[in-house]
Amino acid sequence: MNLSLVINSLPQLLSGLLITLEITALALAIGLALAVPLALMRLSKNFLVRAPVYGFIFYFRGTPLLVQLFLVYYGSGQFRPELEALGLWTFFREAYFCAVFTLTLNTAAYTAEILRGAIQAVPYGEIEAARAMGMSRSLLYRRIILPKAFRIALPAYSNEVVFLFQATSLVSIITLLDLTGVARVLVARTFAVYELYIAAGLIYLACTYLILWIFRRVEQRLFAHLRRPEAEKAKKLTGAALP
Amino acid sequence: MVPDLHGYGWMLLRGLELTLLVGLAALFLAILLGLLGAWGKSSTSPIARSLAATYTTVVRGVPELLLILLVYYGTPTLIQNLSLQWGYPVFIDLDPFWAGTLTLGFIYGAFATEVFRGAFQSIPPGQLEAARAIGMSRSLAFRRIVLPQVWRFALPGLGNVWMVLIKATALISIIQLDELMRSAQIAVAATKLPFTFYFIASLFYLSITLVSILLQQRFEAWANRGTQRA
Repeated sequence: MNLSLVINSLPQLLSGLLITLEITALALAIGLALAVPLALMRLSKNFLVRAPVYGFIFYFRGTPLLVQLFLVYYGSGQFRPELEALGLWTFFREAYFCAVFTLTLNTAAYTAEILRGAIQAVPYGEIEAARAMGMSRSLLYRRIILPKAFRIALPAYSNEVVFLFQATSLVSIITLLDLTGVARVLVARTFAVYELYIAAGLIYLACTYLILWIFRRVEQRLFAHLRRPEAEKAKKLTGAALP
Repeated sequence: MVPDLHGYGWMLLRGLELTLLVGLAALFLAILLGLLGAWGKSSTSPIARSLAATYTTVVRGVPELLLILLVYYGTPTLIQNLSLQWGYPVFIDLDPFWAGTLTLGFIYGAFATEVFRGAFQSIPPGQLEAARAIGMSRSLAFRRIVLPQVWRFALPGLGNVWMVLIKATALISIIQLDELMRSAQIAVAATKLPFTFYFIASLFYLSITLVSILLQQRFEAWANRGTQRA
């Protein structure tokens, strides 16, 4: 075990982590913004609105992320003249753009499906009550359905965030120097195979559990009003959870 | 419109066959490890419990790609370095098929562990108490009472594990196994038609997903036969 090498490579690995976190944050933010309208369109009564979104979600959830990444990064080269005519080639030439683009569409598809389930899980009584009070459709969505759906979706969404964070490691295959990419370059240079990969793995592990911890704190805050005080007290007294 | 595949269609189909083989072998291993892990998690021995907990924690917290690199490149180097230190040099050349299968099986075994743990907990404890009361040994009760029922609760979760696993086989292409993804890469290198071949490969994966969903519904209907539905 070559420990000093790992310590010396730590700054480089952490700079790779920065790229990983940057790509994750960008894809998550844009992906979530896309997912809300997509989920609503997926639930539309109009077949022409629903069907293309359904196809988009099915394609991105049913194929490997690596294929999607290659389709965008290498596949765009097949349409170079067309993309150049549209002025888009400068974007698709960049691995960084292709990575963020693909990961955004991927997480948008998964998140839209999570949100769809959550919107359908909003208790019907709440919608009826809002309608009885004379809320318009848009007000109903803004004040009742979407806030409730976001809360219902949160646990599943935290899983999606972790999956996306780990999935960013694939961008190292299209030449980006994220945490995995840096580890691969360093391994090729030093031949310290398992030391560096284990170090990178530990950094991923720490970040994953940090993300999960943050989400748990957020959930505790958001669901504070749903915790039953008697059950909490009993738990403290007996040291065991009540059924 | 049928695109011109320049004779690489058959290669893609052979790649698909290898993808399915790796996927099924890895799933088999993952189910074995999942049963073992679930047994460890519910064991009374603190060593088995902490081993199983470490396994699921570590594997689910590290990207698959990194684990594949670690197992395929790291393990042989580690064994060679250790054997060199002990004075018995061993040189290992891992076969990509087995390296891929073992790595994916190891990774998804952790996910299967969680599936089986939940499934075991769904079996009413009264049934086990009844089995013990009529004099069944623990292993007989496990074989006759728990195992036949556990599939019913585990199938939806295992279906998800399979769907994620078969997509993860694409990562095995980086260790030079000629599965579907790598076959597409080879075809692309020769024909310079990246979009065409990667798109066809993606449609193959999509059809695996589609068939899997249909099969899963069949299996679930079979596992749930004779149970009451609300």
